[in-house]
Amino acid sequence: MRRYSVLDPTAALTDRLIMDQIGESSRVIDLGCGDGRLLCRLRDELGCTVQGVELDHAEVIEAISKGMPVIQSDLDRGLKEIPEQSFDYAVLSQTLQQVRHPQELLREMLRIAKRAVILVPNYGHWWIRVQILLHGRAPMTSSLPYDWYNTPNLHFLSMIDFRELCEQMKFKIVVEIPIVRGKAAEQAWAANIRADNALYVLEHA
Amino acid sequence: MASEIAPPDEINDGLSVGIVQTQFATLFEPPNLLTLESGVKLGPVKVAYETYGELTPEKDNAIFVCHALTGDAHVAGKHSVDSRKPGWWDGLVGPGKALDTTRYFVVCANVLGGCQGTSGPSCVDPETGQPYGLRFPFITVGDIVDVHVALVEKLGISRLLALIGGSLGGMQVLDWVSRYPEMAHAAICLATAAKLSAQGIAFNAVGRRAITTDPQFQHGDYYGSDASKYGEVGPRAGLALARMIAHITYLSEASIERKFGRDLQHSDHLAYDLQSETEFKIESYLHYQGKRFIERFDANSYLYLTRAMDYFDLAQRYGSLRNALGRTDARFLITSYHSDWLFPSSQSREIVSALLETHRHVTYLELESVFGHDSFLLEIKQLEELVTPLLRETYRRIRV
Repeated sequence: MRRYSVLDPTAALTDRLIMDQIGESSRVIDLGCGDGRLLCRLRDELGCTVQGVELDHAEVIEAISKGMPVIQSDLDRGLKEIPEQSFDYAVLSQTLQQVRHPQELLREMLRIAKRAVILVPNYGHWWIRVQILLHGRAPMTSSLPYDWYNTPNLHFLSMIDFRELCEQMKFKIVVEIPIVRGKAAEQAWAANIRADNALYVLEHA
Repeated sequence: MASEIAPPDEINDGLSVGIVQTQFATLFEPPNLLTLESGVKLGPVKVAYETYGELTPEKDNAIFVCHALTGDAHVAGKHSVDSRKPGWWDGLVGPGKALDTTRYFVVCANVLGGCQGTSGPSCVDPETGQPYGLRFPFITVGDIVDVHVALVEKLGISRLLALIGGSLGGMQVLDWVSRYPEMAHAAICLATAAKLSAQGIAFNAVGRRAITTDPQFQHGDYYGSDASKYGEVGPRAGLALARMIAHITYLSEASIERKFGRDLQHSDHLAYDLQSETEFKIESYLHYQGKRFIERFDANSYLYLTRAMDYFDLAQRYGSLRNALGRTDARFLITSYHSDWLFPSSQSREIVSALLETHRHVTYLELESVFGHDSFLLEIKQLEELVTPLLRETYRRIRV
C-alpha cells in the first residue's frame, strides 16, 4: 500500500523548514498533504492561499474538517487538472521516493508552480551505509522505518543523486539544506554522509 | 417558518424531520414580472417549497437544495403517516444527518417549468384560462435559479450557508454562484458538469422525440378538464419510453449486471415469444420505472426541463469557465463518480481546473460507486462523510 504522508516524529521541525522557504501570502499546493497540517499552518501563519492533494480517503476527510481545500488524487496519475503556473510553490514532502515516476512528477511540479519545495530522505546517510556494509542488511532508520518487503519507498537516492538528476533535467537548485534529525545542518560539510534528509527548492534553469 | 407539524419521533427513531408539508409562495406578481433569459416576461410565478429545521435569528444557517431533473421540493420526511416513501434525499437531510436540521435551515423548491407545484406548462395561463402547454415560455437553468433566488430573498435570507445539488441540481448551483457570487458560503456540486455533453443532449433528444411522436401528445394540449391530473392523459407511452431510456443512462453497466444480470422475470426458461415484453428482469424493471414515472410527471415539463439542460453551458455564457466561476468566494465541494458515464469525471475535473486557475477554494473527489449517475442519490454515507465536515467548518468559520 502506498502512503503519501509518512508519520514522522520530526514532522513539526521539517514543516518549519519548509515554511521558511515560502513567502508570505503566496499560493501553495502541497502534494501528499495528509491531514492538511502543513497547509493549515501556511494559511494561518503566513497568510498563504493553499491547496492540498492527497490520495488517502481518511486523510482527505481530515483535511476537509480542518477547512483545507483538497483534491483526492493519485500523484502517479499526474496532475492534469491543475492548470499551468497556478501556484507559487508546489511542496512535496517525503514523497518523491514513493512515486512511480519521480521525473514526471518533478516536471509536473514546475509546470503548475514557479518553485518546487522538495524534502527527500538521503540514502547516503552514514548509518545506512554501515548497515549495508557491515551487516549486509537492507537499511532501516528512524526516518525510514520499513522492512524491505513492506516499504512505500520505491526509489533510493542520495543528495549527490538528486543534484545530478536536477542537472540532467535542467532544474536550478535555488536552495539545498541538509537536515540532521529534523534540523537544518548548520554546516554543509560532508552533507551526503551526515544528513538523514535534505530539502531542496527548485526552479526552471 | 419550519414546515414540520409533527415531532420527528412520531415517524421513527428521531432521524427523520417528521411529517412535513409543501408550502407555496407567489413571486413576480405584476408589475414585477420575471424576465426570462429569452427576454420573455413571466408572472406571477407560483413556487412549491419545503423547509426543515429552524432559521437562526442571524439567518446564517440556510442551505438550499437544488433538485435534479425529475425531483421535487419534498426532500425529507413524509407528507403523512401513511406515505409510502419519505422525501428523495431523506438519508441526507434530517436531525444528525449531513444536512443536520438541528443546526441548519434546509430549503428545497420545485423548479420553474416543473410539475410538482411550481409554475410550469401544466399550470393555467391566467391570460387564457387554459393550461399553458407548449405556450409556457422557454426556460433555462438561469431562469430556474432566478426563481430560487427570489424565494430565498422572500424568506429573508440574503446569504446562504450552502448550495447543494446533483446533476441538473449541480448545474443550478454552478449557475447560481456565477451570477450571484456572494450569495453562498459553500457550493456542493455532485455528479454534474458546466455544460451538458453532446451525449447528454443526444439522450434528451431521443426522450423528447418519444414524447412528441406519441399520438396522444397533441402538440402539448393533452390536458383534460383538470390539468393537475396529467398522469391520466397525454403521451403516456412516449413519456414512459423517455423515462426508460433516461433511466438506463443513470445506471452503470456493472450495476445493471449485478442487480439483474440475464435473469428472467417470470420463468426459468426462455419463452420464444415476441409478445412477451417483460421477459428479462431488466425489461420488467424499466417498464415499471416508466409506469411509475408517468403517474407523477408531466410530459410537457419533461420537454422544457430537458431543453433547459441542453442549453446549459456556463463557459459559453460567460466567455469562459474562468469568468463564470472566478468571482465567487464560495468554498466548493465537487464530487464525481467513477461509474457515471452520463456526467463523467472529466466534466467535473474541468470545473476543478477552472476553480484552481482562478484561485478558488476547491475540494474534489472522484468517488467509487457502482451506481453510475444515480450514485449521488444512493451513496448517502459516502456523501455524508464529506458534506458533514465541510458544512460544519464553513459554518464555524462564518460564525467567528
